[in-house]
Amino acid sequence: MARVNLPVEVARSYCHGERNHDIAASDIRAIVKTLELQFPGIGERLNRGLAVAIDGEIFQEWLLQEVEVNSEVYFLPAIEGG
Amino acid sequence: MGNKKNHLDAIKTNEKFRFIGTRPIRPDGVDKVTGRANFGADFSANGMIHGRVVRSPYAHAKIKSINIEKALKMKGVKAVITGQDFPKIDPSDKVVGEVTVSFYDMSQNVIARDKVFYDGHAVAAVAATSTKIAEEAAALIEVEYEVLPAVMTVIEAMKKNAPVLHKGMKTEGLESGPKRSSNIATRTEFRLGDPAEAFKDAEVIVERDYTTQTVHQGYIEPHACVAEISADGMATIWSSSQGQFMVRALVAKLCAMNTSKIKVIPSEIGGGFGGKTLVYLEPLALLLSQQSGRPVKMVMTREEVLRATGPTSGGHARAKIGAKKDGTLVAAELEMEYEAGAFAGSPVKLGCMTGFSPYNLEHVSCIGWDVVVNRPKAAAYRAPGAPVAAFAVESAMDELAEKLDIDPLELRIKNAAVEGTRAVYGVKFPKIGCLETLREAQATEHYQIPLGPNQGRGVASGFWFNIGGQSSASVIVNPDGTVIVATGNPDIGGSRASMALMAAEVLGIDYKNIKPLVADTESVPFSDLTGGSRVTFATGKAVVEAAEDAVNDMKRRAAKVWDVDIDQVEWKDGIATCIETDIHKPMTIAEIAAMAGKTGGAISGKANINAKGAGAAFATHICDVEVDPETGYVQVLRYTAVQDVGTAIHPSYVEGQMQGGAVQGIGWALNEEYVYNEEGLLQNTGFLDYRVPVASDMPMIDTVIVEVPNPGHPYGVRGVGEVPIVPPLAAVANAVSHAIGIRMADLPMSPPKIVATIDAAS
Amino acid sequence: MAKHHVIAIINGDPAEFLCGTEQTLLDCLRDELGLTGSKEGCSSGDCGACSVMLDGRLVCSCLVLGVEANGKKVETIEGVAKGDELHPLQKHFLQEAALQCGICTPGFIIAAKALLKENSDPTETEIRYWLAGNLCRCTGYDKIVTAVQKAAAEMRGES
Repeated sequence: MARVNLPVEVARSYCHGERNHDIAASDIRAIVKTLELQFPGIGERLNRGLAVAIDGEIFQEWLLQEVEVNSEVYFLPAIEGG
Repeated sequence: MGNKKNHLDAIKTNEKFRFIGTRPIRPDGVDKVTGRANFGADFSANGMIHGRVVRSPYAHAKIKSINIEKALKMKGVKAVITGQDFPKIDPSDKVVGEVTVSFYDMSQNVIARDKVFYDGHAVAAVAATSTKIAEEAAALIEVEYEVLPAVMTVIEAMKKNAPVLHKGMKTEGLESGPKRSSNIATRTEFRLGDPAEAFKDAEVIVERDYTTQTVHQGYIEPHACVAEISADGMATIWSSSQGQFMVRALVAKLCAMNTSKIKVIPSEIGGGFGGKTLVYLEPLALLLSQQSGRPVKMVMTREEVLRATGPTSGGHARAKIGAKKDGTLVAAELEMEYEAGAFAGSPVKLGCMTGFSPYNLEHVSCIGWDVVVNRPKAAAYRAPGAPVAAFAVESAMDELAEKLDIDPLELRIKNAAVEGTRAVYGVKFPKIGCLETLREAQATEHYQIPLGPNQGRGVASGFWFNIGGQSSASVIVNPDGTVIVATGNPDIGGSRASMALMAAEVLGIDYKNIKPLVADTESVPFSDLTGGSRVTFATGKAVVEAAEDAVNDMKRRAAKVWDVDIDQVEWKDGIATCIETDIHKPMTIAEIAAMAGKTGGAISGKANINAKGAGAAFATHICDVEVDPETGYVQVLRYTAVQDVGTAIHPSYVEGQMQGGAVQGIGWALNEEYVYNEEGLLQNTGFLDYRVPVASDMPMIDTVIVEVPNPGHPYGVRGVGEVPIVPPLAAVANAVSHAIGIRMADLPMSPPKIVATIDAAS
Repeated sequence: MAKHHVIAIINGDPAEFLCGTEQTLLDCLRDELGLTGSKEGCSSGDCGACSVMLDGRLVCSCLVLGVEANGKKVETIEGVAKGDELHPLQKHFLQEAALQCGICTPGFIIAAKALLKENSDPTETEIRYWLAGNLCRCTGYDKIVTAVQKAAAEMRGES
């Protein structure tokens, strides 16, 4: 089970504030699909302006990134550079 | 006047490498010292005409009508456009990628539709046969406005009955769904543990409010471009930007064009710092070119740059830190409100994520508010969001150190983030160099120098993520064995030299035989823009892989010539040798290249990557000041910047990033701010009154390069460009606070403000 | 309005051009003579990117009208090197990495050259105050000062 953590503002809008979700999946796309089934509309929101950290490494492009059995997955604001 | 250490002696060429770590002359350097290099405004096209922009004289107003008739009739005028000439973009159309603003907002920012949102907001544009005629025609464009009350500060904007800028804006992230339109775009929150509870265990608590002002990136080169579109719809744009592919993508979207029809040629860029990671003039110039049938050149004046291009957010921060008497931190809180400017999208989230990152905290929360105001849309500025957050956190740490009577560096060392520390945004740090920079700072000569009357010392740390991203590279071996390295990233700070050094290291040939260049959008595959401290890391990685690809190709050619298996071929120092037999004479790169046609064709290597494994950067700065209590003048006596750079590919350019970022931060701390009048009109629209540091303001900026190599890069590179601007705000504020004996929590610390603070206290 | 006919000596060569009353010397150098080495950063004489020598005097060419150059000698960045031989300032700016984006570099070299003509052995303070009229946003000035010191030493015959 991947431990998935959502940003507070997304959790409040779509998941009644629940930020932590345990999801069985092999990549982030599957995680988003699972969340969308539970919380309709969240898929579109997650595709907007977010990066994903998987076990400590931050990905700006994350759709097909693979996830391990016990991975920690954090949805984060996309990191803008200057 | 400062203590100048010559680090040229202290840093030996890295013994692991042959070229990396050396300080050769940059390949594009001669053009830059002779005036031959072409920046955005230096290009001309045959038949070119000139564009000027009509800008709003109000901070907030509805556009009731625009009459362009008189302008169109003027002799020499070839085209006039307004927002109506641009394709409509759906409000829900969001940008994916590095620029965190919606297309809808961006398109409105480039040229207004029904409303203007800041003094200087573009309303129309004219192209004419001379700049003079274009300006006269611009004055003939009649715009009827219905002036609305302007909301200039986050405090004003957040008030319950504040005039609302965008009717549809409802705050995202509130606990209960928002009911009414607001100027607050988002409330964001990051949390570990339970700080409210954990504060009960604190033996000492510091808590304070901090304020900062809007500041501009301050690049010396104003935005400039030439755009041309031919009758068959093929467009060419010459532009000064941080990313030719970004320009192409944004122009394509904003002008509803196919990207394959747009060629963007990057000029040399005269500074960006994040402010040129998006477009302002290019879509206007393109549409003017379309209407007029001529190439159109547009260059901003300094006044336009300050009125109408993205500054970075000013804002408020409240920092609260609790600790045990021995200095162990037990809990921390940060709440910040940032100016987004006219449209949503300040970097407050990044501020929340970075503020406490130098510290190991089990219980910490950071709340951020993104608030729109009638100022230009905030754009990225070197480590966006981080400096203001660090100003609050690092000032609070300093106050805590004072209260606990612990040395401020000791306090930080005691609580430093290390490998495995969890940041407030949840991620655990891999190998990092935070502690190393603190220890090195402690060990500097600077830190031991005793201070005199009216003098103060401040220290501060800082963190920036650094990013990877998409980069493409081609390594082309010429028939004589010299090499071209082509990438898609504009060179803001000397990156071409670093690309050549890395290629030289892989190929094993002299740096002088490598020509690195920045290619246009038709000559190299897609690359993310230059920014985010990513080029030496990600584009460097692509160059390394492309060079390895070329080496493999050359080994294959040698194997073919010798009629052996490729695994019999070794490559070292630019020469292929056959390991098993002595029958085959080694072949140099020049010899292999000369035979390329015979062995299969031209030789090149390529790599198109999405770089993973970017390494975060930490820095610690030390600042000494002397304050004249009568005039409030602050003299910076000494400044040392210590930073973990992973591996310094070209140490001089690494030092340059550290020094340049530090001085920008010093300017931010002491003098820079936007001054608006009551109507919301910008008063300081030039470099006289928007006061950036000049040479006589500064001492030498000493640098200490720390190298904790990043395992994610073949040579250990960490991004270096952004973290240098993160510590200085607090380093200077802490120094001034100690010099005058009063905590300064309001930037900039200009002379009148310091005098007022001293007078109020006595 | 008819244009003005200006005759001047630019980098040692006779030059002739037409300019409007409102055109600055900077406009004329860049747009009429194709000498784009001098840069426009502010149009108000605050950034020094347009620095040139006018009859031996350091000026901001954005504050000089084109017509004012009539009958005068102008030296721009394009005239600093002698053929392919760089001036010591240009050489040391490169060696010391005293430029990053390079937009301010032409102005700094002209200004520093003027300084070293007046004072062949300036102190760090003298260098900083002389160059206070040239803005750089990239380097923080540290390596620029070092480059000027080293060029001065070479020009004194000391290196």
